[in-house]
Amino acid sequence: MLSGLMMSEDTDIVEPETGTLPLDAWHRARGARMVEFAGYWMPIQYEGIVAEHEWTRTSAGLFDVSHMGQLLLSGPDLDTAVEAVLPIDLSTLKLGQQRYSLLLDDEGGVLDDLMVSRWPEALYLVVNGATKWDDIGHLREYLPDEITLNHLDEQALLALQGPKAAEALARHATGKYPLSALTFMKFGRFTIAGHDVTVARAGYTGEDGFEISLPGHAAAEIADLLCGEPEVKPIGLGARDSLRLEAGLPLYGHDLSPETSPIEAGLVFGINKRRRADGGYPGAERINREIVDGTARKWVGLKVEGRMPAREGAEVFSGAEKIGTVTSGGFSPSLGYPIAMAYVAADRAAPGTALEIEVRSKRLAATVVPTPFVPHRYYRGSK
Amino acid sequence: MARYFTDEHEWIDLEGDLATVGITDYAQGQLGDIVFVELPEVGKMVEKGGEAAVVESVKAASDVYAPITGEVMEANAALEDDPALVNTSPEEDGWFFRMTVADKSELDGLMDAKAYKAFCDAL
Repeated sequence: MLSGLMMSEDTDIVEPETGTLPLDAWHRARGARMVEFAGYWMPIQYEGIVAEHEWTRTSAGLFDVSHMGQLLLSGPDLDTAVEAVLPIDLSTLKLGQQRYSLLLDDEGGVLDDLMVSRWPEALYLVVNGATKWDDIGHLREYLPDEITLNHLDEQALLALQGPKAAEALARHATGKYPLSALTFMKFGRFTIAGHDVTVARAGYTGEDGFEISLPGHAAAEIADLLCGEPEVKPIGLGARDSLRLEAGLPLYGHDLSPETSPIEAGLVFGINKRRRADGGYPGAERINREIVDGTARKWVGLKVEGRMPAREGAEVFSGAEKIGTVTSGGFSPSLGYPIAMAYVAADRAAPGTALEIEVRSKRLAATVVPTPFVPHRYYRGSK
Repeated sequence: MARYFTDEHEWIDLEGDLATVGITDYAQGQLGDIVFVELPEVGKMVEKGGEAAVVESVKAASDVYAPITGEVMEANAALEDDPALVNTSPEEDGWFFRMTVADKSELDGLMDAKAYKAFCDAL
């Protein structure tokens, strides 16, 4: 039994160059189960995925996401150069703002999804860990030589997520203005324990929360400070995945790939308005056509009947007809039943549509439901 | 009553001609929070090493192989409503199924509790 499950024990098949991140020893000292992920040793869980999931939804969880790529772009005519590579409208991205964007290939397939922030004289990007080396190669190839690309590989990245994240972080982050001045998708420079950090009010759980870019050498000290707060516990990758699934957020390499277009995935907001008319980004012809004409399939949420989870790769049926494939799925700790995301035929994608998912030769009843499965609780300012 | 253990982290209790099968405390600890157990149907013939059940944790699905050959006589209905019994009582209330023992010699070479503990300690 336990096929494929003894991840942490399979040390003999892990390639020797698996990297360690600044908090490696910190995680191990706290009893984390470490697995190889995106080329690094990462904590998959501490006390257990369900407990960590629930803690994040009700209090605050600290996630180490230092495997992600932090890139800084600068140089002459920076906005023009970057707009040739990303479907973003940089004329509306102001200093202190962060925005979701997509790295696309020439056919409009998704190479990565990422965050872009306007720094003074620079653009700061956070890209996925598993794709960061390819992203750097792609950007270097497509951006003019005059644009400088710095990989900030001595920076760590921590995410503090949950309804009590703001009060816990506010005890330690000081700056020109209070932390509460940040609303969703805004960022600023702050100081924590004497270290300069960049704090963005964003995350991947659907909760209010922050992503903190900090020097790697300060990561253990700052992680200790934050986990010293009664509201905060460290949370592993397992709960990160179940939280983002409930929030209906795509995971690159599973829900998004070069075989998927952002329009199929419902990410039209990632193609900024001016670019839908002007084009001039990779894949613009196909994508701008899909925005007008629609797509043959759509990425939808599914509520699965019973308790048996339907996971990535499971086929979706409407009667005898195969009409889609699950890209992410699992048991929802917050809802108490299985949920999934799948690409399905567009004419079977309306909420309320009854479908079936095949799992181990059994048909599970499933219903198309709106996403997010669990409502987002982002902080958009005091009333 | 004799209890045997396999190197696939299952336990087997032998009582007369019937064997009760479950997964060990070590196994449930590795799997984490269990949300669903797919049990074999009563009357199903299972072969040693063949698929008998599936354990679903939050993170992944794992096959449970039959530790011996025989016919499934009973499945633990309590796991349908409360699969977390496998986490809280893996070696008692969280048993999976009861089966006949087609060939008692298949029990030879399985571990006793002491040998299994040494096996886990070495992992």
